[in-house]
Amino acid sequence: MTSNTRITLISVTLLVLALAAPLVAGQPFYINIGSQVLIAAIFAMSLNILVGYGGMTSIGHAAYLGTSAYVVALLTLQHGFGFYAASAVALGVVVVMAAIFGAIALRGTGITFLMITLALGQTMWGVAFRWSDVTGGDNGLPDIKRPDLFGLNLVEPGLFYAVMIALFVIALVGMWIFTQSGLGLSLQGTRDQPRRMGMLGHHVWLVRWIAFIIAGFWAGVAGIAFIGYHGYIHPLSLGLANSAEVLLMVIAGGAGTLLGPVVGAAIVVVLKMVVSAYVSRWVLLLGCTFVAIVILLPEGVVPGLERLLKTLLPETRNDGEASS
Amino acid sequence: MLNRRQFALGIAAVAGATGSIKGAAAQTGPIRVGFLTVNSGALAAGGRQLEEGIKLFLKQRDNKIGGRPVELIIADTAGQPANTRTKAQELIERNNVHVIIGPLAAFEALAINDYIQQVGIPTISDSAAAEDLTQRKLNPWFVRAVSSSAQPAHALADYAAKTLKYKKISIVADDFAFGHEISAGFQRVFEENGGKVLQKLWSPLNVADYGSYITQIDRSADAVLANFAGANGLRFIKQYNEYGLSGTIPLLGHMTTIDEGILKNMGDEAKGVVSTGWYSAAIDTPANKEFVAACRTEYKADPGYYTLGAYLSGMFLEEAVKKINGNVEDKAALMKALRNLDLKDTPAGPIKIDEYGNPTMNIYIRKVETVEGRLMNKVVHTYPAVSQFWTYDPKVFLQSPVYAREWAAKG
Repeated sequence: MTSNTRITLISVTLLVLALAAPLVAGQPFYINIGSQVLIAAIFAMSLNILVGYGGMTSIGHAAYLGTSAYVVALLTLQHGFGFYAASAVALGVVVVMAAIFGAIALRGTGITFLMITLALGQTMWGVAFRWSDVTGGDNGLPDIKRPDLFGLNLVEPGLFYAVMIALFVIALVGMWIFTQSGLGLSLQGTRDQPRRMGMLGHHVWLVRWIAFIIAGFWAGVAGIAFIGYHGYIHPLSLGLANSAEVLLMVIAGGAGTLLGPVVGAAIVVVLKMVVSAYVSRWVLLLGCTFVAIVILLPEGVVPGLERLLKTLLPETRNDGEASS
Repeated sequence: MLNRRQFALGIAAVAGATGSIKGAAAQTGPIRVGFLTVNSGALAAGGRQLEEGIKLFLKQRDNKIGGRPVELIIADTAGQPANTRTKAQELIERNNVHVIIGPLAAFEALAINDYIQQVGIPTISDSAAAEDLTQRKLNPWFVRAVSSSAQPAHALADYAAKTLKYKKISIVADDFAFGHEISAGFQRVFEENGGKVLQKLWSPLNVADYGSYITQIDRSADAVLANFAGANGLRFIKQYNEYGLSGTIPLLGHMTTIDEGILKNMGDEAKGVVSTGWYSAAIDTPANKEFVAACRTEYKADPGYYTLGAYLSGMFLEEAVKKINGNVEDKAALMKALRNLDLKDTPAGPIKIDEYGNPTMNIYIRKVETVEGRLMNKVVHTYPAVSQFWTYDPKVFLQSPVYAREWAAKG
């Protein structure tokens, strides 16, 4: 058993235990927290495609989650769509939006890219906030009903959590397949050696653009789960604070790793939603946690723990790259 | 391998710990009151005053309502709608509260509007003023202790047109739902009484400088109406004075533009501002004098919108609990009592809940003057028992869309 296999085993075991934890706790409150962690995890994983695998730091990612949620809300509330039909349209809208925004933002790299994504994200916030005839402005859009699935009413927290687990596993496996695919590998290549990749005949811009669209698509999926859970959408959900928060999840958990964003999402959501009930200065605690992560595990929690495990699990041969 | 075991033990310990946290629910235990407020972020100042209001109320009653002890569970929503829902779930599902007081912002109340209906938990709003909460998005589990957004604005428009004889008014307001609703409500009544709103200038909530808005104000206006929330009124009035307009064009304001919570930080520039609201610390009744004195002793400040909002919520709860003989476990009965409240003597005057869950209450026209060495909103006129629908027929009122940014008065 190599240390990599062991680490994969440990990761999978921990993940299964973590997914089961809310059910063990029993109360709907913890199950709902579990659902929220998973929604945040899908959202963070989508950003991880850009930040981790593509080396493109976006700080306007909430625009895709928010737009998708707004489209579902508007279509179900005002145009008589069913939740699932509206979701399909929302994904189409988000993909088109990501294609356009990607074409604009990818004219730059590094800080320029970051600033353009910020500007585009704030534009969407502005539209949601100011176009109040359609979006409800600062009052948001309330009362979006949770749909039924196979005749089961998803208002029941346990059932909704089960659906979120399924969606999360699909996203996780999809993300894993993506990172192993030719496209995923060339994306990582353009992150590390863009010039060399160009020399080798890869269309660097195109690879990044496709990655941008895929990231937008999964953020849209997270948006549908978000509106399904909350039943309410407000301009704050596609604003800068939300974009920054998801970026923190990715960086704290470990950018460019499969499980990093998941761990990051769990840390942020649990601190925000659970610990805040016991600690009134929870914002300070959140800040200290990030500082501690940056000092102790600068590469993020997941790669950091992996490094620690490797030193603690000595072995005869170390072959192959990091697997998780 | 040792490490893997340690990890497994750790997970087991966490799972065990979370599993053992259970609300000790007993039939005759304390009344558990969930209090949704904001302790962090931009709205925290208001949140602190809300907390002061409810704490003062409970302290005065030795932490007992209707003979039963009260357990107050305070939850910080951080002013984000997604958190508000989780915090409401925490209060209801984990703490088993009997009633919720809060949340602060209108969008927070809208975010949990469907949830509180779904679980059926009596909710007393101590601050959120959004019109539709008691109009077009009715919720049988919701009752409001403060006025709706435009309720005081209708009265101010009447006063401006009939008593002050203003004909032309310019409006400057915060560019969010609260600002839109107040401004539209004012415009409707003012223009129906022969006045004219010359312009409506919308400034973003977090604008740093009002200079560019103040210079746009039409100088032919008889008065300027400033509709702000939070600390924006403080900054606007200061700059309005700096631009030399204080002496030339009189300033009108909404309750929150010049609330007691910020009035204490203002100087002479605030003098003479005429505003409208469902309360003033200067109301001359024994009930209010006693309340203001208690606040001054406890917090060294005059109570304002938030402090009284939370305090009134406490009074609502107390009255309802007494009516149902303390049996708060019967949530439907508690809600019924809350929706039928008729309080004769509150610091804000008599309050009666209408059939939509909104208080019919006095609206006071106030003018800033120096009283006992400090600035106060002296009451210059009282409109008794004002409804959220003003003088309109509720059914007709509800047929038009909710007050918005682009309100075009159609009569």
